[in-house]
Amino acid sequence: MTPLLDVRDLRVTFQIRREGDLPWAKPRPLHAVAGVDFTLQPGETLGVVGESGCGKSTLARALIGLVPATGEAEWIDGKDLLAMSPRQMMKYRSDIQMVFQDPLASLNPRMTVGQIIAEPLTTHRPELGRSEVKDRVKAMMEKVGLLPNQINRYPHEFSGGQCQRIGIARALIVEPKLIICDEPVSALDVSIQAQVINLLIKLQKELGLALVFIAHDLSVVKHISDRVMVLYLGKVMEVASSTELYGNPQHPYTQALLSAVPVPDPTIETSKTIVPLAGDLPSPMSPPSGCVFRTRCPRAQARCASEVPEPEGSDHKIACHFPGPLTEAEIAHARRNEAA
Amino acid sequence: MSLLEIKDLSVRFQTNDAEVRAVNNVNLSIEAGQTLGVVGESGSGKSQLSFAIMGLLARNGQASGSVMFDGQEVLNAKPKVLNSIRAAKMAMIFQDPMTSLNPYMRVADQMAEVLTLHKGINKREAVAQAVQMLDAVKIPDAKGRVRLYPHEFSGGMRQRVMIAMALLCKPKLLIADEPTTALDVTVQAQIMQLLKELQRDFGMAMILITHDLGVVAGSCERVAVMYGGRIRETGPVRPIFAAPTHPYTQGLLDAIPRVDQQDEELHAIPGQPPNMSRPPSGCAFSPRCPYVREGCDTIDPPLEGFAPEQARACHAPVAEIIARQTRLQPDADQPAAHLGDGPTQAIPRGAVAGAGAAGTPSTVEGQQ
Repeated sequence: MTPLLDVRDLRVTFQIRREGDLPWAKPRPLHAVAGVDFTLQPGETLGVVGESGCGKSTLARALIGLVPATGEAEWIDGKDLLAMSPRQMMKYRSDIQMVFQDPLASLNPRMTVGQIIAEPLTTHRPELGRSEVKDRVKAMMEKVGLLPNQINRYPHEFSGGQCQRIGIARALIVEPKLIICDEPVSALDVSIQAQVINLLIKLQKELGLALVFIAHDLSVVKHISDRVMVLYLGKVMEVASSTELYGNPQHPYTQALLSAVPVPDPTIETSKTIVPLAGDLPSPMSPPSGCVFRTRCPRAQARCASEVPEPEGSDHKIACHFPGPLTEAEIAHARRNEAA
Repeated sequence: MSLLEIKDLSVRFQTNDAEVRAVNNVNLSIEAGQTLGVVGESGSGKSQLSFAIMGLLARNGQASGSVMFDGQEVLNAKPKVLNSIRAAKMAMIFQDPMTSLNPYMRVADQMAEVLTLHKGINKREAVAQAVQMLDAVKIPDAKGRVRLYPHEFSGGMRQRVMIAMALLCKPKLLIADEPTTALDVTVQAQIMQLLKELQRDFGMAMILITHDLGVVAGSCERVAVMYGGRIRETGPVRPIFAAPTHPYTQGLLDAIPRVDQQDEELHAIPGQPPNMSRPPSGCAFSPRCPYVREGCDTIDPPLEGFAPEQARACHAPVAEIIARQTRLQPDADQPAAHLGDGPTQAIPRGAVAGAGAAGTPSTVEGQQ
């Protein structure tokens, strides 16, 4: 099947002037996303996880053209999204929409809910009449669980969860094929978070949407995603189906990440083994040679410093020279290193 | 006598709109060395509860009731009394380490300030003790880094600095208000582990305020669940997580996805958390409660004990709530055997390693 989106070697590089640099010093490159490949099938949900600074939000912004990126992102019709001019891109923007992290900050406080939701529609479908637009807005509000009679209210009159519903309605009104969700539930309370996740899943099934779901909460990503991609310092560490990745993680980083997630069960939580990661995240300005994870990896060897591991495998891709479950001895060794 | 005894604590705020009743008639006690988790959503009053204990309420806040700490009344006490207790016997760490540390002062100076003020020792001795404490919270190269400013540390390291600062005077009680919310999971795991070790080494009691039930499960002995400014359920962690007896606790546990289980669908709690300037009449949870019955909207149920050390505030009978439990919990006494497949797999299914070791001293705590 032709993928909806086929991304090859996506790179985003920022030119950074370091503190203390002289004004004429050349800015140094920071590779926020350093060569990411993935495909997305129509109707599929791809989860993207990683710690802060791993480039997951930059990846989302690059796909929609909010930051300049190099590489290729082939849309289902064979066109490369990254090579387009803003005018050409305009046509595709109604196919790709985004839902942002901060529900209130992403809505214009001086526009009513009706205006906010209608804006993409009047931009992309100028031929629609006023009453038609209003009808569609009302129908969409109902679909995301808002009352149509709230159409004339302002964002500040709504709670965080409701604001996120407005954001989702705004994204859906132009009938996109892909929605990029950048931490859509991390600002919400637990009980509201579940409402929004359920809404996203329901709408996705109804409308056959593809989702790129970015979050730092691994449990949420597991719940919503068909496939999950783990990023570290702008590189893909592991990609697999959700059940495979969580049930049988092969990359040492994925294993460390998963072992750190707290589980709401005291019996499990007090007896589980957490794989410690030595030290801090290295600076993305000067990433380690070879495998970027090697400085913190419990299994790092000489080869890891010289050769960059490429993601290998068909359905379950792992970018590691020595994949496989960590043994008790390796974890104990990592713990001694951490203590030292 | 308990280390901290809270009786009938209420916190009210006068705002231009209305009076906000943030905390209502809370009763709690903590023994020396114990860990209590306080769980709730934003607006449930969990943070204001801790601010009231520490005497840190905003100027328009009014606390009533009684808070006895170590046999001394601290609620609405004079600043002089509070200053002799705060930091010395009772310390607090906050969610955002960047805004809670002074950006203009070197770590050495801010930490030494605590000691010179409370212990009256000279600056040089104070800095030496600060370095020792930074070592204790496992900051590498503590001696060199004590000269740095807070912005020169990463988020996790900054939180360690704050913990070190709180522990300088070896307090008897540490209040941690969402200490790991701003951190990544791997760093969160390190900080929680560190807090556990320090608590054991210093023998201090801890109140852990959080919205993350997973964190509570890992580090607390007792838990109090707050909603609408009141404690709705309290007791030892294990029975509450295995069989919650309050509809809200049950709802929360059902609403969170878990990495170690395949959940079909999340059972969201319908509706919105209450606005505490206009709280619903009767039980604040009644508009969202699936067990709502006659009387719920008129009488707010009191917190009543129903089992040893367990108490709940609900009109619906315990049996009815336990009978409708949607998530099957593994038996608390049984090792969670279905989770691990073999001894060679160190991180099996859902990254719950060593699950077979339940009941024996944990491998995590066993180090060093």
